[in-house]
Amino acid sequence: MSTAIDHPEYNYKVVRQFAIMTVVWGIVGMAAGVFIAAQLAWPALNFDTPWLSFGRLRPLHTNAVIFAFGGCALFATSYYIVQRTCRTRLFSDTLASFTFWGWNLVIVLAAITLPMGITSAKEYAELEWPIDILVALVWVAYVINFLGTLAIRKEKHIYVANWFFAAFMIMIAILYIGNSLAVPVSLTKSYSIYAGTIDAMVQWWWGHNAVGFFLTAGFLGIMYYFVPKQAGRPVYSYRLSIVHFWALISIYVWAGAHHLHYSALPDWAQTSGMVMSLILLAPSWGGMINGMMTLSGAWHKLRTDPVLRFLVVSLSFYGMSTFEGPMMSIKTVNALSHNTDWTIGHVHSGALGWVAMVSIGAMYHLIPVMFGRKASDMYSQGLINVHFWLATIGTVFYIVAMWVNGIMQGLMWRAVNDDGTLTYSFVESVEASYPGYVGRVIGGALFLLGMLVMAYNVYMTVRVAKKEQADAALAQA
Amino acid sequence: MLSTFWQVWVTAIVVGSIIGCGILIMYTSKGMRKEETDETTGHAYDGIEEIDNPLPRWWVFMFWATIVFGLGYLGMYGLGNFKGLVTVTVDGEEVAWSSANQWKAEVQAFDKDIAPLYAKYSATPVEELAKNDEALQTGQRLFKSNCAVCHGSNAKGALGFPNLTDNDWLYGGNPQQLTMTIANGRQGAMPAWEAILGDQGIDDMTAYVRSLSGLKHDEAGAATAAPLFMRNCAICHGADGKGNIMMGAPNLTDDIWLYGGSTKQIEMTLRHGRMGKMPAHKEILGANADAKIHLLVTYVYSLTNK
Repeated sequence: MSTAIDHPEYNYKVVRQFAIMTVVWGIVGMAAGVFIAAQLAWPALNFDTPWLSFGRLRPLHTNAVIFAFGGCALFATSYYIVQRTCRTRLFSDTLASFTFWGWNLVIVLAAITLPMGITSAKEYAELEWPIDILVALVWVAYVINFLGTLAIRKEKHIYVANWFFAAFMIMIAILYIGNSLAVPVSLTKSYSIYAGTIDAMVQWWWGHNAVGFFLTAGFLGIMYYFVPKQAGRPVYSYRLSIVHFWALISIYVWAGAHHLHYSALPDWAQTSGMVMSLILLAPSWGGMINGMMTLSGAWHKLRTDPVLRFLVVSLSFYGMSTFEGPMMSIKTVNALSHNTDWTIGHVHSGALGWVAMVSIGAMYHLIPVMFGRKASDMYSQGLINVHFWLATIGTVFYIVAMWVNGIMQGLMWRAVNDDGTLTYSFVESVEASYPGYVGRVIGGALFLLGMLVMAYNVYMTVRVAKKEQADAALAQA
Repeated sequence: MLSTFWQVWVTAIVVGSIIGCGILIMYTSKGMRKEETDETTGHAYDGIEEIDNPLPRWWVFMFWATIVFGLGYLGMYGLGNFKGLVTVTVDGEEVAWSSANQWKAEVQAFDKDIAPLYAKYSATPVEELAKNDEALQTGQRLFKSNCAVCHGSNAKGALGFPNLTDNDWLYGGNPQQLTMTIANGRQGAMPAWEAILGDQGIDDMTAYVRSLSGLKHDEAGAATAAPLFMRNCAICHGADGKGNIMMGAPNLTDDIWLYGGSTKQIEMTLRHGRMGKMPAHKEILGANADAKIHLLVTYVYSLTNK
């Protein structure tokens, strides 16, 4: 077994830091999620305490899982992949270090201000303007560092994973800054420069692309490196990766209007949002096909490799939710699904099944490398397998509970008697949702439990690796 | 209506992106292999190679299918100032589809279907209709959708919202009075007496008001307040405190309290006054509103006239 860090010429320090924080913030964000899920089932858990109430902790949960957990995973993997596939050290170690400490400062500030009720009230962009400025600075540093590394690459071409990372970070910079433009009135309060329907449209232009670029394009970058690497197989089709990349990034930007179906948004804008969402199906599936087909000739590895299982199941959930999304954007379907738990189920089949699973697989692959072991050589393969089943069953539990709840709510709300009256009052649909709410708590708790297993496995891997290195140093002396 | 610039801008982006996808597929299909292969493109990145496989045929077909569907859908439902080819019937006229027109068309069609049933109910007097179980069920469902949010799904009310089952009526409980209340709403106003009565006066009056319903009270205070009641309160609540439905002034002698009967709650009411608001439902209930009000009156009437 190799005991030295491979490729000492690369900056692995920042990758290591972000990788560890991925696990830490994953646990924090998902624990918050399980807690607020429990509040929906048992409202007494709000404890009549403002900073513990659902309304304040829900944005804390979404920010923690998307930007803290997902963000750290993206930083770690993109810094890792860009160095290895360009055969060069990062453009700037200083900028790398700044992105790590800056990003984590943002997360800590979010964790303080959101429970205090300091919010711009824009979904997935709740942070107030001073923190927004810090986000923008860190992000621009990230873009410069990443594109700078591409510029000094020693490979002739740019690998597909890096296209996705570059597209994701450029679009996020534009969208985040564009949506967060606001007039400050105090250090902790600002008002959006947009008003009314335009504000809603800009908000979902950003909101849906937080999904499209942050949680899809970025994570496709992760997929394009770790799936072929872990499977030991070439990528299925270079041509497919070109077509689906360009189609995905040009179409995704215009899909956000489907969040505003049957609202004050002009009908034609809703219509175009729906059409763009539907056309998004094939470009989205291109990534799934390319990942899945990369496994042809290596399917047997799934029997023995739990890390590969994480990656392949993440692709399945990705394919499922990118089919579900365009379907839900169809106005007729949306008339049933909008404002129900179905939406939450859809989000989590993407967030847990795709984003979290592919990140977890990538972390299991690269964390041992960070500590001088071979790729995927974690302390315990058995515990990875336990984590895999906890995560898979937890996700299925969660999304089935929300599908059942969502479709039931949609049907109950629209049920009309022959005499023209509503069959159910609203509160009856809430009452009927209770079992689903409990099911969601169980699913989320299983997923969280898996993350705790991962934390233990990571801790032990680091400990064993440190001991190996000490032993090797002793043997050499 | 969009200005010409924005109209062109939006249309160009939407249609341009869609057509761009078509061009992308056609362009990248040039020189594509017919069959699957093992040959790679010749590059390797950190050991990862890429096979020169063709685009999967079913996937390309699916891509084209969504493009065709998308353009067709835009043609049917419109984009920018172009209204689209789909029409709906509103007020008997064919108009271009819009979500608002779709809603109007659906509601109008439904209201038309339902009108004969409602007409039959409207023609029946409340006292008689209250014996019709189906009418009562419809009334109860209307109540649950429109009234239960304040009066409770069992119509027993809540603090500040009258109980409709106790035969204690602020504005009267006969069908005409109920119709008036539901259709046009009511505005209850109890003035604030803090400035006029003073702290001691409020305490004394609280004792007097409680005495009217036979509740435990401070006898001396009540005696002091009795002439004050005649001077200030009797004009609405009556000399005997039994209220007046003309003004919606509650009966104070029946131990039924809209805003609570504890010493503290009565003191609050006297000190700061109360504003009660029953919204007018003539507009809220939409089409067939008169018939719906008739059914609601019947339901509420039936609660106390079994």
